Amino acid sequence: MKLLKLVPDSTNIRFLRWRVPFYTISLLLMAASLTLVFTRGLNLGVDFVGGQMIRVTFVNSAAAPVAELRKEVAALGYGEPTIQQFGKPNEISIRMHLPEGAEKDATLSETMSRRVVGDIQAKHPGARLDGVDSVSGKVSGELFKTGMQALIYAMIAISIYIWIRFEWQFGVGALFSLIHDVTLTLGLFALTQMEFDLNIVAAILTLIGYSLNDTIVVYDRIRENLKKYRRMPMPELLDLSVNETLSRTIVTSLSVLITLFALLLFGPNVIFGFTAAITFGIFVGTYSSIYMAAPILIWLKVNATSFVPTETETDRQERLAREGVGTIRR
Amino acid sequence: MLDFPRWKQIWLWALTLACCLAALPSIFAVAGAHWPAALPAPKVNLGLDLAGGSHILLEADPSQVTRLRLDSMEESVRARLKLAQPSIRVGDISSKDGSVSFMIEDPAQVDAARDQLQSLTTGAGLTGQRDWDLKVIDGTRIVMTPTNAGIDQAVTQAMDTATEVVRKRIDALGTREPTIIRQGDDRIVVQVPGLKDPQALKNLLGQTAKLEFKLVDLTASPADIAQGIAPPGSEIVPYADPARNGAAAIAVKRLGGIKGDSLTNAQQSNDQRNNEPIVSITFDQQGGAKFAKLTTENVNKPFAIILDGKVLSAPNINEPILGGSAQIQGSFTSDSANQLAIALRSGALPVDLKVVEERTVGPDLGADSIKKGMIAMMIGTIALMAFMLVTYGRFGVYTCSALILNTLMILGVMAVANTTLTLPGIAGFVLTIGAAVDANVLINERIREERARGRRVVQAVEVGYKEARSAIFDGNITNIIAAVLMFMFGSGPIKGFAVVLIIGIATSVFTAVTLTRMWVAGWLRRARPTDLSL
Repeated sequence: MKLLKLVPDSTNIRFLRWRVPFYTISLLLMAASLTLVFTRGLNLGVDFVGGQMIRVTFVNSAAAPVAELRKEVAALGYGEPTIQQFGKPNEISIRMHLPEGAEKDATLSETMSRRVVGDIQAKHPGARLDGVDSVSGKVSGELFKTGMQALIYAMIAISIYIWIRFEWQFGVGALFSLIHDVTLTLGLFALTQMEFDLNIVAAILTLIGYSLNDTIVVYDRIRENLKKYRRMPMPELLDLSVNETLSRTIVTSLSVLITLFALLLFGPNVIFGFTAAITFGIFVGTYSSIYMAAPILIWLKVNATSFVPTETETDRQERLAREGVGTIRR
Repeated sequence: MLDFPRWKQIWLWALTLACCLAALPSIFAVAGAHWPAALPAPKVNLGLDLAGGSHILLEADPSQVTRLRLDSMEESVRARLKLAQPSIRVGDISSKDGSVSFMIEDPAQVDAARDQLQSLTTGAGLTGQRDWDLKVIDGTRIVMTPTNAGIDQAVTQAMDTATEVVRKRIDALGTREPTIIRQGDDRIVVQVPGLKDPQALKNLLGQTAKLEFKLVDLTASPADIAQGIAPPGSEIVPYADPARNGAAAIAVKRLGGIKGDSLTNAQQSNDQRNNEPIVSITFDQQGGAKFAKLTTENVNKPFAIILDGKVLSAPNINEPILGGSAQIQGSFTSDSANQLAIALRSGALPVDLKVVEERTVGPDLGADSIKKGMIAMMIGTIALMAFMLVTYGRFGVYTCSALILNTLMILGVMAVANTTLTLPGIAGFVLTIGAAVDANVLINERIREERARGRRVVQAVEVGYKEARSAIFDGNITNIIAAVLMFMFGSGPIKGFAVVLIIGIATSVFTAVTLTRMWVAGWLRRARPTDLSL
């Protein structure tokens, strides 16, 4: 049987030749993302700003009467609602900000929830209430804080781990590529104004893990090659390492993308944003482990001697055994 | 590396089989099939976002507990000094600024007073912990301040009681399998699956149900009451239903009333005269005696029935009520009367609880999510398996087998560990399936590479597994770090996602590395191939 080969056996693409233009583009994209996040802002969900999100399905009609609902809910005097469709045209979510004074008196938002829900159910008998998320200002503040903490701690913890397992330059490279991935993902959410809630924080944590997975595979090969080819110039060695792992990078990314696309196309609508974030992150993460994580090692002056002190006697013997094709136990 | 003695093989298969067997009851449940009742049935729980239900986070105000303790200390001091022999007379007791302070009228009695009060300052437990600091200022003024340890303990106790009360009230609603957990210092998490009317639950939990009977202060003029000025020793309490009572508020005496916390029963019933819904209460013996005393001493005076700081009604005491039961009127509907009855039966909350977070998911949305999640998982898995087969041939078969076992093992471990599957958890499941093949891809690619470098089959396989190991290990550790942080900082559904990731990482390393290595080793031994199609 002829097997599928997405990447030919020995590629020699000179990825690192374009490191400066690619780095420039990436830095510009990061700057653009940050600008977007700070000017346009993220469309923060009720998890982070407090308020209410009500999910309604209009079971008897093909499409939800959005304009009508907007008018009706606004008439209750709690401000203009944000109405979004998710999944089918008759499935919508209605988002409301916390009513004024709700910080002091939690019962106010209770009343709002009851009135909005009651109003919809009274005027639209076919409306099926699928869910209510109601978060007070205090809790949303805490959720935001812990979400950000989790992100920052994860990035730092992972970088420290890489530093311990490799060298400090690799840790810096990993951290930088993580910041790149996270920034661009935030930029995507600022650009598309998709709702940014707790699930998205989880998605970012996930993509941090997977993006790092890619970086580690490349780094692992760089380390191995640094020990193997001690005289090879750094850019050449990095190119060799990226090329050697290219087939794996493509196959794995494709595997994850296959399952993610299955989720995007056929999975529950409620977690669309979540899956979209991870899918985007897989693309960005694969790119960043080649173009962000590797070139930085040149600038941080990693070379073959970086690993000399870490090569112990057993390492050396293993290396010699490997280079000389040792005996194999059976 | 490729050495697998028989005992090791048996162990690996036994472990795999055990995990897969544990997954069976859950699979039966999803498929709607009947699992024999005689067999043990560890099952994966469905989170509220899948099963439908309500998650409600309640928060108490700890300063309220402190306030209540000051009030009760004020009463204890008064009672204790009055009963002392000879009785000690004190001036006005104030409980402001977080401490109780009062003058002793006769300076000679200060030491006696201090001795009397000493026993009030230690906690009820055997630890001998000091709950209050007692100081004498200017020779005649005694100031009692609660210690931090005392406040902490009081808050803990109040929250324990509150949790218990919440549990009783939810049980009274007859819902199945509610989860009620204390969280942090001042919060309670309530999770109730499959609830039809979350609003009723919130109303019930939001009601403190602190019932008090206090004497009405008839000396207060309506003008003063309207301005909120109370005569000394009295306080202004608003009516719950001003229209019915013809006034916005009423003055009642602060002390000398009784609390409605010593009830043996509370039932919704109807007033015999006008058929209005009312709540009938029955005191326990002690409470009944107090109530009888209060009503006997105050015949022909009105007393106020106060619920959660609002006056329900202020009827006249026509005759002493000695039977230990009473009826409460107060513009109820039969629903609200019933709710109050439940609340009174389960006892008053020692603190007010507020709903600070609510997440409710309807059962239809949850069922829809499960169905779509399953479909996505099937399609993703089949597509992925096809991809692996065309890319790696024989080694793809091993990869696919590892994938299927991995899926079963995740379910099995989740069932045995009694974890909860949430909606993001389903996504985690699907994602884990995609990512689990990474270890196989790394190994297979490496074997391919080693073959291209001219190594013989066995050596190539051996080196492939060995060299891929460090990348697999480091990659999975970083994923675990991210997942653990997610678990520590995330809320319910996210925690469920993190759990699936963590379990999935562990099982995928086992199936993708250990199991496939065993299979490959067995094949190499049997077939002794001279070439690999890879």
